[in-house]
Parts: sequence; structure tokens; C-alpha cells
Amino acid sequence: MHELAITKSMLDLVLEQAEKAEAKEVGKINLVIGEMCGVVEECVQFYFDFLSKGTSAEGAALSFKMVPTKARCRGCDRLFELKEFDWTCPYCQGNNMEIVAGKELFVESIEVE
Amino acid sequence: MEIKVLKDILGANEQIAGINRQLLDSNNVFAVNLMSSPGAGKTSLILETIKRLKGKTRIGVIEGDVSSSLDAEVISKEGVPVVQINTGGGCHLDANMASSALGNVPLKDIELLIIENVGNLICPAEFALGEHKNVLISSIPEGDDKPFKYPLIFHKADAVLINKIDLLPYLKFDTEAFSQVIKGMNEEVEIFPLSCTTGEGLVQWVSWLMAQMGKG
Repeated sequence: MHELAITKSMLDLVLEQAEKAEAKEVGKINLVIGEMCGVVEECVQFYFDFLSKGTSAEGAALSFKMVPTKARCRGCDRLFELKEFDWTCPYCQGNNMEIVAGKELFVESIEVE
Repeated sequence: MEIKVLKDILGANEQIAGINRQLLDSNNVFAVNLMSSPGAGKTSLILETIKRLKGKTRIGVIEGDVSSSLDAEVISKEGVPVVQINTGGGCHLDANMASSALGNVPLKDIELLIIENVGNLICPAEFALGEHKNVLISSIPEGDDKPFKYPLIFHKADAVLINKIDLLPYLKFDTEAFSQVIKGMNEEVEIFPLSCTTGEGLVQWVSWLMAQMGKG
């Protein structure tokens, strides 16, 4: 349900950037979202369609670049992807790691006219 | 025309959280954001913490709930200032709500502020409030698979309290494996197994809290 607050913040940010660029219309919004954030694309789209009505971003296409959760093993220093219910390093079976990707939640760019 | 933005979606929330933090710091108030799923024991923990810290530090509480002021009423009986936030359906507190509530907290009269977030393991993880430490309660009946299902909140926590350990003889919960998984992805985290019913482990939690406040 956090998608409502996230979508609202995202729209505010996009409209602010579009206004700064004196754009008339926002055609596309490119989002980068880490898997750990648990953001559901369909929910964001649903809230966006509703919230953006009457703004310069109405009808803009949303593009989601989902980033898988990645960790660096503190034992062997290698990078690996975290799989559901298996958080061990596939190379050395260590379970001490540093999360290096998967927490992203940002607007990469917007396409405007 | 493409415009590079590269800005955090929740940047505005972070900014307000920063202002809240400054306000707390200027009043020498240490704030804890207390998170858990519903029913894990947030209110019980606050009550037990107040009892054990009476005379040692002055506490204030912000109660975040979707609706009702039941918890706030229970806590105010302990004689500490309580401010209720009703999110009106919202599943988490955000920095803006915390900011409004802070206006009603007698900051000059307290040293420790406990903010009880809305019971939820997903949304509160995303929204900073201005707290100094994030504390997560995970209780035995919830099962030991929660770090896999809600990794972000376990990753963000400075301390994880394993509550209701008095139920360990009756339920399947591998405390050691659970702690190892959390420590594996969050090296700095402190883990405190405890029970608000029997009082076991509460001394360790309270001493850690006092140490964080510089009163250890």
C-alpha cells in the first residue's frame, strides 16, 4: 500500500522537473526500483493514472527498471544475487554479506515535449 | 527531449525527516522509531520500557495508528506525555506526520522519544521520520522466516528485539538461525531476545537504549 505515497512523491518530483524545463507535456517517466522495496508496478500505474489527471503528466508512459537484490560476500568478496529463502554465497556458502543493490527507488529521467 | 533526473522518489520525505532530526537534536531528545507487524508487542514494550526507566530518563511517546487512541490511553496512564497520530487508513508514518506530531510533544521536558509506527513490516521501512535509531520487534509467533520476506526492514534496523520468547517451548522458531540470517545481511545490528510477559531480556534492551543515549 506504500505505492500510493511513493506514486504521489514521484509525480510531485516529475512535475517539478517538467516545470523547471518549461515542458508542456511529459511523455515518459523512467523509474529505477530495487526489488527489496517491494513496489508493485500495477499499483503504481493504477495510482498514477488517477493522480496525474489534469496535470502535464497525464497519460505519460511509466517504464520500470527493476533491480535485483545483489550482495557482496564478506568471505570471498564475490558478487551474487539473493534468491528467495536462500541467502548464502553460492561460491563459498558464507552467509555474511553486504547488500549492494536492490534498495533503489529513483526517477532516472523523464521525456518531455 | 529527455531530461536526466536521478533523484530519489522519497527525497522530499528525507528532507523533512532531516528537519525533524535537527529539531530533536536542538532539544537534546533522542528518538527511536519502533516498528513491527501488528500484535508483535510494540505497546507492551513501550510500557515495560517506561517502567524500567522511571527516574532514569524522561520519556515521551508518539503513537501511530490507523485509527483509535486505545494505545495512547494505555500509555498515558504511565504518566508520560503521549501524542496520537491517526493515519486515517495510511499504512505507515511519514516525516510530515511526525513533524506535525512533534509540534505537540513537550520536547523541553523529555530526553527520549519513542515513536510507535503503524504495525506493518513493509511501508515503514521506506519512510524516515527523523529518528536516531530504528528498532524492530519480531515476535516468536510470526515465525523465523520474516527476514526473507521483509528484508528491507531487517536491513534498516539498528536493533531487532525477538519478543515473546516465553512461547519458545510451544512454537517452532529457530532463534539462532534467525539471528544468523539478520546478522549476515546487517552486520551492525544488535539482537535482543526478550519477553514483555516474563520480563526476561528487558534489562539488556534497556541498557542498550541508555547506552545509545549516552547514559550507559
